[in-house]
Amino acid sequence: MKVKYFAWVRERVGKAEETIEPPADVRTVGELIAWLTAQGEGYAYAFEKPKVIRTAIDQTHVQPDAAIAGAREIAFFPPMTGG
Amino acid sequence: MTAIVTVRVQQQDFDTAAEIAALSHGRTDIGAVVSFSGLCRGNDHDTPISALTLEHYPGMAEAEIMRHAEEAMARWPLQGLTVIHRHGRIRPGENIVLVVTASSHRQAAFEAAEFLMDYLKTNAPFWKREETADGGSWVEAKSHDDAATARWTS
Repeated sequence: MKVKYFAWVRERVGKAEETIEPPADVRTVGELIAWLTAQGEGYAYAFEKPKVIRTAIDQTHVQPDAAIAGAREIAFFPPMTGG
Repeated sequence: MTAIVTVRVQQQDFDTAAEIAALSHGRTDIGAVVSFSGLCRGNDHDTPISALTLEHYPGMAEAEIMRHAEEAMARWPLQGLTVIHRHGRIRPGENIVLVVTASSHRQAAFEAAEFLMDYLKTNAPFWKREETADGGSWVEAKSHDDAATARWTS
């Protein structure tokens, strides 16, 4: 699946997007964040406070318990500050 | 007459007066037009800001604004609305966002404009980064913005 990062999550991870293949036992957004956290220093820094991170699946906001099965694009970002 | 809903996410500036005029031009069923303009300030509390850079999530930004525009249309008797949100580098005094709502009477237009701005702040995927003398930093989300959004669901 394709993963996108925005704002300081993007800066900390060090890339705007990538394609990942998490293991089959990673089923929810929360589990995916935990898995990503273990993928390196930048990821650990980006996801150090997982409760702050917002997630969208296929461009729709979702909660941490959302299933990732079938997702084409998952985005992680900080709380929004537009307007 | 049909309601006109316009949502644009763009880098370039917009003409507030022209957007207001476009929404009500040639119509006699609109009695109230409310517009809100969000501008870039030159300071954040006591820290001078040389510019803001707005990052956005292309595709989702438009979709999320359109979703709330449709909700506003369903919730209030509106004749039309326009939402424009800029991205990229924006200097103090420049436009960031515009919301225009048109209705027969003022209450619906005021409420819908406030609803749209509250949701834009907390749900539209945009992030502001401030440029200051010592570099810059991402603007932190404010809890009073979340509280403002929450009141529309209570």
